[in-house]
Amino acid sequence: MTIRSSLFGAVAAALLLASGVSGATAAEGGGHDNRPHRMSWSFAGPFGTYDRGQLQRGFKVFKEVCSACHSANYLYFRNLAAPGGPGFTEAQAKQVASEYQITDGPNDAGDMFQRPGRLSDHWPAPFPNDNAARAANGGALPPDLSVIAKARSYHVGFPGFITDAFTQYQEHGVDYIHALLTGYVDAPADAHVQPGLHYNQYFPGHQIAMPKPLSDGQVEYSDGAPQTVEQYSEDVSAFLMWVAEPHLEQRKRIGFQVMIFLVVLSGLLYFTKKKVWQNVAH
Amino acid sequence: MEGHSTYQPKGKVAQWFESRLPIVGLIHSSAVAYPVPKNLNYMWTFGAILTFMLVCQIVSGVVLAMHYVAYAPVAFERVEHIMRDVSYGWLIRYIHANGASMFFIAVYIHMFRGMYYGSYKAPREVLWILGVIIYLLMMATGFMGYVLPWGQMSFWGATVITNLFSAIPLVGETIVQWLWGGYSVGAPTLNRFFSLHYLLPFMIAGVVGLHIWALHHVGQNNPDGVDIKSVAKDSVPFTPYATIKDTFAMVVFLIFFSWFIFYIPNYLGHSDNYIPANPLATPAHIVPEWYYLPFYAILRSVPDKLGGVLAMFAAIAVLAFLPWLDTSKVRSAKYRPLFRQFFWVFAVVCVGLGYLGSQPAEGGYVIASRIFTIYYFAHFLVILPLLGLFERPKPVPASIADAVLAKSKGGAMVVAGAAGPETK
Repeated sequence: MTIRSSLFGAVAAALLLASGVSGATAAEGGGHDNRPHRMSWSFAGPFGTYDRGQLQRGFKVFKEVCSACHSANYLYFRNLAAPGGPGFTEAQAKQVASEYQITDGPNDAGDMFQRPGRLSDHWPAPFPNDNAARAANGGALPPDLSVIAKARSYHVGFPGFITDAFTQYQEHGVDYIHALLTGYVDAPADAHVQPGLHYNQYFPGHQIAMPKPLSDGQVEYSDGAPQTVEQYSEDVSAFLMWVAEPHLEQRKRIGFQVMIFLVVLSGLLYFTKKKVWQNVAH
Repeated sequence: MEGHSTYQPKGKVAQWFESRLPIVGLIHSSAVAYPVPKNLNYMWTFGAILTFMLVCQIVSGVVLAMHYVAYAPVAFERVEHIMRDVSYGWLIRYIHANGASMFFIAVYIHMFRGMYYGSYKAPREVLWILGVIIYLLMMATGFMGYVLPWGQMSFWGATVITNLFSAIPLVGETIVQWLWGGYSVGAPTLNRFFSLHYLLPFMIAGVVGLHIWALHHVGQNNPDGVDIKSVAKDSVPFTPYATIKDTFAMVVFLIFFSWFIFYIPNYLGHSDNYIPANPLATPAHIVPEWYYLPFYAILRSVPDKLGGVLAMFAAIAVLAFLPWLDTSKVRSAKYRPLFRQFFWVFAVVCVGLGYLGSQPAEGGYVIASRIFTIYYFAHFLVILPLLGLFERPKPVPASIADAVLAKSKGGAMVVAGAAGPETK
């Protein structure tokens, strides 16, 4: 028995050692990029909802700043008036759409023509194609922002990636956008920033083609919210989260109803099971 | 276990039909009268949960296929169309995407249960091998399904996995081009993967039919690993006993499933898959879905490409030989004190390999991957064959009824077992 126990012990020790080695090396290898701060978003958690005022402000920042270079091809004007969104009225959404000229056609004469936007149009892209976008942006392609809040994340590591499943923390993408927009700082002396690139402490590799997009007082807010880079970043990040996940409120609302139903049903089934099995030793 | 049905059709029409196609009798004998060992624990509910998950995936998948277009330039956009514009499209897609993970969670519990309680041993070898085939088909289906949204991980995952076949000497390159339908992963690849992704679940359903047939022929194993000796004393009829227990377990599993669908739907996915596929930009780390990670770690732990591919496939193939590699006559780990410890070490090694598969292949991670890979194979090829020869198992109860009786007497089990006639 002792031989067997020591054999088992030796195997266990070897495996522990192996995991120790990997852990230590990983720690040395470290050097992850700065981790974005976790913000307290109104749409986080099981009962999260978007803050309408914040989405409307974020939309203003997106419209006046971001959309000058970035497309958002899956965002339709009609979405602006949809439930669970920024809460614009249909008239307001129509008004926004009509401010844009959309290329339509061909008409009966075979010609393309310009007309004011409608609710059924998607958000007009600032450039006709990717090459035009690159040419206008020093060779870098500004990514489409339709699902950007779900297409970005950051390394969480152990045990955070497990606890996030329990706390339902899902806002990594939107944390990252906020961090990126506020992450333009002076480059440290030892950083060699290439011409045409800009130093950002949260961008992977720290050199980003996008120049600092926001500055204090740049976008006028009518609701008295502070007109600061911090506030703009939070608002536009929240707006982009809605653009990426427009049915989030419905999802969480239905989710709660489903949970209540399943918990009650499982309780009933548990007692039914007990009743059925009560005379069987098992 | 068959021939147990007491079904007698009452009506004239039912009698007429039953004498021509005895399908009601078949359903009655396999889902009502079928004798279930009375000592099964909740680990035995995962068969029913897996059946439910297969149906769930097929139903949600058929609906998704009504809205999806497997054409590379629009595939990504079509998935977003489902997420945004199709009524409850987000719900159906999140059910399907997370359902794949739930399917694998359930199948891993099901497999580890089979290993712990020796469910692969005679006369259940064919039952076990059919299970391994289902698992392989699931892996292929899951892999092709992940390609369909045509995001960055879809594209690059497909590139990495299909490129594995290029390691085959002489014909490797030809096979890979044949799989791709071109000289790289592209539109033809997506189209054929969609076709196969729709086909394979029905093949799974077919093998599941065989799996259940084999199960009902040989009877279920149980936590004590002894056969049913007396149907009256050792078993209960499937309905209502197993039916209600399985239903309860399934609803609890649904709570777990719903947590993912409604609250953390993208937790198990990779954010890069919300970036449209771009053949010109390789992601920093190409990571497969979590359920392949242990095998991905094994693949990368071998410095040689062909060797890595062989090791990865061998890691799955070795499962099929498990009934003969385990030399012990005792089924359940309950009566195998040493095997029980090695089982848990093996389980930790599998989880460890999964973690290592998610990390970059560098430095200490590679060293640890190698040690864990060697242990993985040693478990099957060295430890299990030897354990059966050297281990002294605890006395096994004479019957399920005896085991249940011993359990109800509390800690008296060991004493009762030691005094039993089966002691060797």
